[in-house]
Amino acid sequence: MSAGQGSPPALELAGLRKSFGKTEIIRGVDLAIGRGERHAIIGPNGAGKSTLFNLITGRFPNSGGHIRLHGNDLAGLQPFEINRMGLSRSFQITNIFPAMTVFENVRCSLLWSKGYRYSFWNMVARSRDLTLGTEAILEQINLTARRNLPAGVLSYAEQRALEIGITIAGGADVIMLDEPTAGMSHSETDYIVDLIRQVTVGKTLIMVEHDMGVVFGLADRISVLVYGEIIASGAPEDVRADPKVQEAYLGAALEADH
Amino acid sequence: MNDTFQNTAAKRPLVSLRDAAPWLVATGFLLVMPFIFTANSTITIMNQMAITIIFALAYNMLLGQGGMLSFGHAVYMGVGGFMCMHILNMVEDYSLPLPLPLLPIFGGLFGMGLATIVGAFSTRKAGTVFAMISLGVGELIAACSIIIVAFFGGEEGIPGDRTYGLPFFGNEFLHPIDVYYLIVFWLILSALLMYLFSRTPVGRMANAVRDNPERAEFLGYSARKVRFISFTASGFFAGVAGGLFAINYEILTEENLSLILSGQILLITFLGGVGFFFGPIIGAIVFTLLQTVLSLETELWQLYVGALFVATVMYFPGGLAGVLMMHYPSVKLGKVKSLVVPYLKTLVPAIIGLLGTAGFIEIMFHGRHAAVGDEQMTLFWISLNSHSALPIVVTLVLAVGGIWVARRFAPEMAEAWHRSITPNAPPPPAQPPSTRDAA
Repeated sequence: MSAGQGSPPALELAGLRKSFGKTEIIRGVDLAIGRGERHAIIGPNGAGKSTLFNLITGRFPNSGGHIRLHGNDLAGLQPFEINRMGLSRSFQITNIFPAMTVFENVRCSLLWSKGYRYSFWNMVARSRDLTLGTEAILEQINLTARRNLPAGVLSYAEQRALEIGITIAGGADVIMLDEPTAGMSHSETDYIVDLIRQVTVGKTLIMVEHDMGVVFGLADRISVLVYGEIIASGAPEDVRADPKVQEAYLGAALEADH
Repeated sequence: MNDTFQNTAAKRPLVSLRDAAPWLVATGFLLVMPFIFTANSTITIMNQMAITIIFALAYNMLLGQGGMLSFGHAVYMGVGGFMCMHILNMVEDYSLPLPLPLLPIFGGLFGMGLATIVGAFSTRKAGTVFAMISLGVGELIAACSIIIVAFFGGEEGIPGDRTYGLPFFGNEFLHPIDVYYLIVFWLILSALLMYLFSRTPVGRMANAVRDNPERAEFLGYSARKVRFISFTASGFFAGVAGGLFAINYEILTEENLSLILSGQILLITFLGGVGFFFGPIIGAIVFTLLQTVLSLETELWQLYVGALFVATVMYFPGGLAGVLMMHYPSVKLGKVKSLVVPYLKTLVPAIIGLLGTAGFIEIMFHGRHAAVGDEQMTLFWISLNSHSALPIVVTLVLAVGGIWVARRFAPEMAEAWHRSITPNAPPPPAQPPSTRDAA
């Protein structure tokens, strides 16, 4: 994982643009996120944070510019192809398989990375590597006791933890989390932040987050997105001190938060 | 469940007795059936049932496991069947050394071939898009049956003769019983393969794609390709069912491709329950019984089947299998006995009420449609005059009374069920002075 001098950044956005009809939501974003970095994207509502996530992960096609994952251009790739290149994401609104058990949720997220692909000749229950891998993830996200319950009956915080488990299970080295603590109580937030810190050791983390406590506690660098443009990017204390940021967004948010 | 195996680091045995038991019991049951029901007519019904089970299980690979609602699945069974019919005729014409029991493989391969072509574009999306394409393709191929006469035989269909093939260990398949064992062999094999398919990585992902295609895509799987694989596999087993149909009936006609049959298999699968592997099996058995036995009793059998279907959709979306599995916790907790009385109290009047309703409908139907002067009819083995008031009044009273009593006891039944699935439920509210009645 050592980032040599010449190695490309984990994720690189160059002149990225996205329009819906006449409305331009992302208006030329340039950003480079190094390997092993924990990067938070913040900004007011409607700034385009989720759209940015959706562009990077292939959910929407972009209208201009480039996205490069470890130096490889992602243009025209489907979400599943991008995922196979080592990028995995969670969603702002919990996105799991509610009818399947917790165990099955995690096992499904391991299948591709364990090389099972579209196999119809292996029995999943007989694959030790799958079972052990799933159990390891369940242990990490503290849901071992819940393994046989349908995921839909878990508490909200547990579902969010499960989604983080699903997101990291495939072993992707770039993890993108969209508001992982949205709608959580203080204790739940602390729990999830600890969990994120544990499971992303040695990985590149990109997150959208509204809770400034979480952002400043977790991120190595912060980018501030306002109306589809990044107005500041840097270490948390530099961003916090940036007058442009304070004017646009942060001051109000910080006041509201404390 | 499998913890013990992992802890001891022992390799799991290839098949555990617990996994194999249902299959062994089913196999034994199927082998013994012809000794219990020896009449040729019954064996014919069982043959039809077994073929329908394979088709329904194949259909449920799409609907239940893959989340794809098809309105035209009969064409895969039909095309497989027509192909088998042609192969059977070639065996006859050129004396090809093909034993009859292998014929369904070709049905499967051609069903799968067609599914590969159609699936290539229809599985791009699930939901309405998929349903509409399946309807269109179904109608298209059904229309072809009249246009491409060489293959589909026009209105007469394609007949054949199964006995011209190579004798299979001396068996020439002259009798329905010989065909029964051939079909049972394919039934067990197909059902087992379809079950195992649902246990494979792609089978598990079919469930995942059904529940949340977007999430599945962000886990590295192309939802379209997962659907496509389920679709072709389903086409294969539908084709096998078609091949068995060809062997059993020795004729295929345009009816085998029709939308009616496509609708019927949807109904069967839903009636049995899409959520469980064995659901379509129950659906196929119940439907075939209604179709063969009830249709002998009344011309209106389709009305009752339709009513049953509507009731299932509205009140038991899990189908008959869902109703059965609702009671699995009760069995596990050993509380089934507590259900007997409340169930009888509700279900017996309900059945009386439904029979009364059916009787009323039958009398009305007879009164309106029988030839002039024919006023005698038989209803539940009772001979009566369909134009007199008494039978009408009796059936109406039974209908209204039965349903009224059933409704009165229904809450009690529901409560008994709730108690039976709760591990440490309080005893029935008889012990404290009944507050519900006082209120």
